Amino acid sequence: MGWFISFANSSLGKKFIMAVTGSFLIIFLIIHLIGNITLYFGPDAFNGYVKTLDVIKPLIRVIELVLLSVFVFHIVNGVRLWWENKQARPVNYKVNGSPENTTLFSRTMFVSGSIIFIFLVLHLGTFFWRFNVHDPQQLADAHQYYEIVVGFFQIWWYVLLYIIAMVLLGFHLNHGFQSAFQTFGWNHKKYTPLIKKIGTAYAIIMAAGFASMPIYFFFFYGGNQ
Amino acid sequence: MEAKKLNLKLKIWRQKNSNSVGSFVDYDVQVSPDASFLEMLDELNNRLEAKNEEPIVFESDCREGICGTCGLVINGHPHGPLPKIATCQLHMRNFRDGETIWVEPFRAKAFPVIKDLMVDRSGFDKILQAGGYISVNTGGAPDANSIPVPKDAASEAFDAAACIGCGACVAACKNASAMLFVSAKISHLGFLPQGQPERYIRVQRMIKVMDELGFGSCTNTYACEAECPKGISVTNIARMNRDYVRAKFTSKVIEV
Repeated sequence: MGWFISFANSSLGKKFIMAVTGSFLIIFLIIHLIGNITLYFGPDAFNGYVKTLDVIKPLIRVIELVLLSVFVFHIVNGVRLWWENKQARPVNYKVNGSPENTTLFSRTMFVSGSIIFIFLVLHLGTFFWRFNVHDPQQLADAHQYYEIVVGFFQIWWYVLLYIIAMVLLGFHLNHGFQSAFQTFGWNHKKYTPLIKKIGTAYAIIMAAGFASMPIYFFFFYGGNQ
Repeated sequence: MEAKKLNLKLKIWRQKNSNSVGSFVDYDVQVSPDASFLEMLDELNNRLEAKNEEPIVFESDCREGICGTCGLVINGHPHGPLPKIATCQLHMRNFRDGETIWVEPFRAKAFPVIKDLMVDRSGFDKILQAGGYISVNTGGAPDANSIPVPKDAASEAFDAAACIGCGACVAACKNASAMLFVSAKISHLGFLPQGQPERYIRVQRMIKVMDELGFGSCTNTYACEAECPKGISVTNIARMNRDYVRAKFTSKVIEV
């Protein structure tokens, strides 16, 4: 086991952990978005979706534990990398040339990640907590999942934070997607340009897909009039 | 006819030694647009010496872009604003009359400033000593082409071997990571048959030393590739990642 710990603590090992956990999260987001789309099909569709998840609860709990550990590793490892990388340059340049030789997305991974983390805590507090911990039985009997989500999407500051977080999620994914491939060692002049395009498309679809829901329910759904 | 001279304001980092705190000092210079950047500093140093002032310390050797000794961060870019040249190949015609130019040393924990613009890059030597070689017994020179090398492999090995070890990748990287340098050295041996026997132990040894020296981790921003005077590609870093993960997970060596 010692060899694995020394690998995980090496500079390349830390990159590798970011890429592996990031890839899990990339797949998770796709599934999460597909599930959320049921919101557009009305209360029955969404409540039905949540109830289906309830039926396979033991499996979902296992997935949630895996997801939790993936998030923890991704966040802890990311913060550690950020901190160590700052130490590697104790004196900064007076003139910073990085806007000309790097992308905004790649430079702001820590900032975008931090704001996504703040959103994540709020997101779990509002939806996950209510659906799972705060009287789930009463919710299930009354089929109120849809009302809770739509209710939060009427709060202007919640919607605003949601949209900001989703834009930054797009930034984060745009760099993270292609970066994971590079870290796995999959860089080839035949495929890498395509991977970068797919990554950008994926980032836009995720950001727009998740942000569209609060926007739709805030501006176009009847509840706000 | 001599071209009209440029009037420039230089803001140059001066630092007495590695323990002291440095600062920028202003110098006004008049320089021919035909002069190279280092020639401009030479002229400035002549002037300073004539006034009995301490000249500005900077490194240079071949002054034709192949030795990797020179290296200044000029207006935020290692080796200046032009792509694929070393500082010695940068000419003053690329600057405008009246321009202010900031000149800084490479900045990284692993590259401590020795004096002014000169930094200690011996960390790169330590990384090479850890594995940037092939172990062969010396003897008679082997016949040419006795070991077949495919053209593609030879070309890619040569591209990687074009690295002059100047350290611009470390200077450009926001994390002061040395991965472009290390990966170029690993690739140029890894492509050739002679490099195969030590391929997977080499990558582990070199990365271990790289980490110990305090270089940062790569976050794939690719600033290194953009600033490299030899255009070393980040595909080398991908190859190094691949070799390292494979070495760690499959080799029978536990302690490196």
